[in-house]
Amino acid sequence: MRSTSKIAIGIIAIVVIVAAVASYMYLSQTGTQLEPATLNGAGATFPQPFLNATITKYTQNVRTNLQINYQGVGSGQGISSLIAKTVDFAASDAPLSASQRQQAPNALHIPETIGAVTIAYNLPGVQSGLQLTGQVIAGIYLGTITNWNDPAMQSLNTNLTLPDHAITTVHRSDSSGTTRIFTKYLSNVSSTWASQVGSGTSVQWPGGLGASGNAAVAATVNQTQYAIGYVELAYALQNAMSVAAVKNPAGNYISPTLASTTTAVQSGASSGLPAGNQDWGNVSLLNTQAAQAYPIVSFTYLLVYQELNVTSGMDKNKATQLVQFIWWVVHSGQDLAPSLQYAQLPANVVQIDETSIQSITFDGQHLPTS
Amino acid sequence: MVREQICMIKKLAGDNLFKILTAIVAASAAVILIVNAGTLIGGSLPVLQRFGTYFFTGTTWNPVEGRELFGALPYVMGTLVTSAIALLIGVPISLGIAIFLAEMAPKAMKVPVSYLVELLAAVPSVIYGLWGLFVLRIWMQNYIETPLSTYLGWIPIFSGTPFGLDIFTAGVILAIMIIPTVASVSREVINAVPDSIREGAYSIGATKWEVIRYWVLSYGRSGIFGAVILGLGRAVGETMAVTMVIGNAIGPVAMPTSLFKPGQTMSSLIANGFLESTTPIEKSAYMGVGLILLLVSLLINIGAHIMVTRVLKVKGGAVE
Amino acid sequence: MSASYIFRKFKNSLFFGLCLVCVIIAVVPLLSILYEVIMRGAPQLSLQFLTKSGLEGGIGPAIQGTLILIGLTSLIGIPVGVLSGVYLAEYGNNKYAASMRSINDVLTEFPSIVVGITVFSVIVLGVTGSYSPIAGAVALSFILIPIVARTTEESLKLVPTSVREASLALGVNKWKTTLRVVLPSARAGLVTGTLLAVARIAGETAPLILTILGNSYFFQGFNAPMDALPIRIWTDARQPYAEVQAQGWSAALILILIVLSLNIGVRLASRGRLGR
Repeated sequence: MRSTSKIAIGIIAIVVIVAAVASYMYLSQTGTQLEPATLNGAGATFPQPFLNATITKYTQNVRTNLQINYQGVGSGQGISSLIAKTVDFAASDAPLSASQRQQAPNALHIPETIGAVTIAYNLPGVQSGLQLTGQVIAGIYLGTITNWNDPAMQSLNTNLTLPDHAITTVHRSDSSGTTRIFTKYLSNVSSTWASQVGSGTSVQWPGGLGASGNAAVAATVNQTQYAIGYVELAYALQNAMSVAAVKNPAGNYISPTLASTTTAVQSGASSGLPAGNQDWGNVSLLNTQAAQAYPIVSFTYLLVYQELNVTSGMDKNKATQLVQFIWWVVHSGQDLAPSLQYAQLPANVVQIDETSIQSITFDGQHLPTS
Repeated sequence: MVREQICMIKKLAGDNLFKILTAIVAASAAVILIVNAGTLIGGSLPVLQRFGTYFFTGTTWNPVEGRELFGALPYVMGTLVTSAIALLIGVPISLGIAIFLAEMAPKAMKVPVSYLVELLAAVPSVIYGLWGLFVLRIWMQNYIETPLSTYLGWIPIFSGTPFGLDIFTAGVILAIMIIPTVASVSREVINAVPDSIREGAYSIGATKWEVIRYWVLSYGRSGIFGAVILGLGRAVGETMAVTMVIGNAIGPVAMPTSLFKPGQTMSSLIANGFLESTTPIEKSAYMGVGLILLLVSLLINIGAHIMVTRVLKVKGGAVE
Repeated sequence: MSASYIFRKFKNSLFFGLCLVCVIIAVVPLLSILYEVIMRGAPQLSLQFLTKSGLEGGIGPAIQGTLILIGLTSLIGIPVGVLSGVYLAEYGNNKYAASMRSINDVLTEFPSIVVGITVFSVIVLGVTGSYSPIAGAVALSFILIPIVARTTEESLKLVPTSVREASLALGVNKWKTTLRVVLPSARAGLVTGTLLAVARIAGETAPLILTILGNSYFFQGFNAPMDALPIRIWTDARQPYAEVQAQGWSAALILILIVLSLNIGVRLASRGRLGR
């Protein structure tokens, strides 16, 4: 009997030790078992179709216990929410300005996709083929070119008969990164624009109709004859709009397509990009040199704090979920981009993003990216 | 003896405690006012210090970094012009309703009709805006603005291509929204006119209409004027309905020079732009506009209440 | 009959006719609003639509948010408002009360966007650090309290002094008199006034835009953005997609049902008592 109880004790001891070791190993596993969480983001409408697609795919297939609430309220409100730390991440087509970087210290710029700003128009009788230069577009928005058959317009379009009618310009009434891209382009190509109006997420438009959001600009142009507006490519396509071919520095009139956007990215983003926590204010994919590049192209950024414990309501679980979501977006999520007419990030940009994402911490601890 | 005195002290203590407690709670009114005014004043100091009087007289609204310049004049004008349109259209209609209810309507109709008019006041502002954006705007554009623009477009206030989302439509919606207020107060003013005045007028052979026009309305004119000012106060403070139909213009082009131009009021500017402001000075500019709005609204409402309570001799509480 | 008399009679009929026209002009928008809200909003209504979250195409979070806001606001605002009204009615014959009374009158017509800015600055930025249902409730309370204070005061003043005197004559304290005798007598007016005030704040939008922001998901805690019917209407109306706009109309239908049934219900119930 005594030997049986010794054996029994021995077996129990082994079981207990094995169980203890196993539990320890199990509990110290990081990453694969995340708890449910909800992330809140706000910002640009420019990448919204792409972001919505990635959010849907990710929360339905990869992390079903995650909810991501993204409000497309405009880059400006996204940035101000980031500064106020009332959201977990922001999306913006405009990088942070110097003063914004001061108000949001150690915020990271993570380009997640690339889009093009198209010049959409509603011209009865002219379904396609309108050609414009940057100078002419600036003139239209400045109010110096007021009629569709103005000689400056007609001379670019010798194979079209432009009607005699006033041009109605449509612009963004909300604070918008798309506006910043567009006005930066206009400032590049027109010194009059640069001195009179300048560039920014919100400028003082010399007239025209205002609409809130890319989708609303698209709808307004569609509903208003003889109107012209600037709209992100995905929205122009979604709404089957006529878009103009714009002259690029190489002298070619290029229509905005996935191909011409990608060419611009490959040409303009091949080198010289800053690290995530540096100033991205001078990064520009506008007017790149390649022969077939569309001239009005831009990165759009996810903005997060490098140290996530400054955001209200953040905890380690949420921070990990956020990091893993962003990692997914810049890797597997890129597969969703082409069908929505967004260009995929080139490899060198993905690398910069990887470095940025890996630098994200919570309470000083780095977070696993998958 | 002592027990009774203790009892009495306890009673008094309880009463005093209650009185003090409720007095403190009643101070909530002052607290709310001070918190609002204080936040706005504190928040507008930066923009006022930086731009001074330009903020009140200038028209530029430029948040571009390095070129910041903020002038609130177009939005003050927008508020005043839309409110003026609201009064021009809404007051006659309100008086018509008030006269109908006070003098014309058979007893059986008074209650249902006044219910209906009061229901106008119950509809939330955002639903007015929704209706305005999808329904009223189309009516205005097709049936009122386009004909006016075609035939009278040479008159400056009718210039420009009408899109329906402009100062005119905003004014019309405000007119509808102030009708319940102005109509119900005017009705009470008319009812408060002593019958002896009416009888005196009838006795010299005046028709019913003449009695109203020459005797009743003039007797009650300061009360009616107070009702109008109350309506003005409501129009000035209205935000959502106006924001959805006014067209959202910014900068010098927002000056209301034509009825058919997209415009902007102080409240719609804030509703549209406050959350997006990223620089502190821009936020301060919105707060400054809020401060001007607050002051204008306070002035008008204080004036209105003084006038109305003086005439009706009831507390302002009887009127909406 | 002299010509001028006929003319005067004609003017008489003309102007009264115009007054009738004014009434009709005022009623047309109301009927149009009701018609449009029902025609455009009803088709989407279904149990699914009312209970699903925003991502699934429903307005469940908005309805939940409005109910939560009504609850929180009432919790904060009704006690404060009623007690203020009690003070003004029962002890209110002095300068302090007079100034509080005037301030309340003025506050009822405050531009609500200003309340939004204030609560955003003080609570969203200062206290909670995030958009929050509490901030929304506080903003709505700022609007509710003056209204409830005023209607409470009026209802209490309608209670005859004989009632109070009888109670005091029996030896009851003033405060017990107020709480146990006067308030219950004024119950009808209090309930009416409070419900009307609640109906009013249920429809407020401007303060909510700046304090709870909106959310496609159901309630996520007191430190997160939340949806509400007025916000849903405001946001959806400005989207150019027809399906989303239709959702806004449906949210408007639900909101108007809530608000109008409160209004009509209250007035029907009080009609008997007040003998209007």
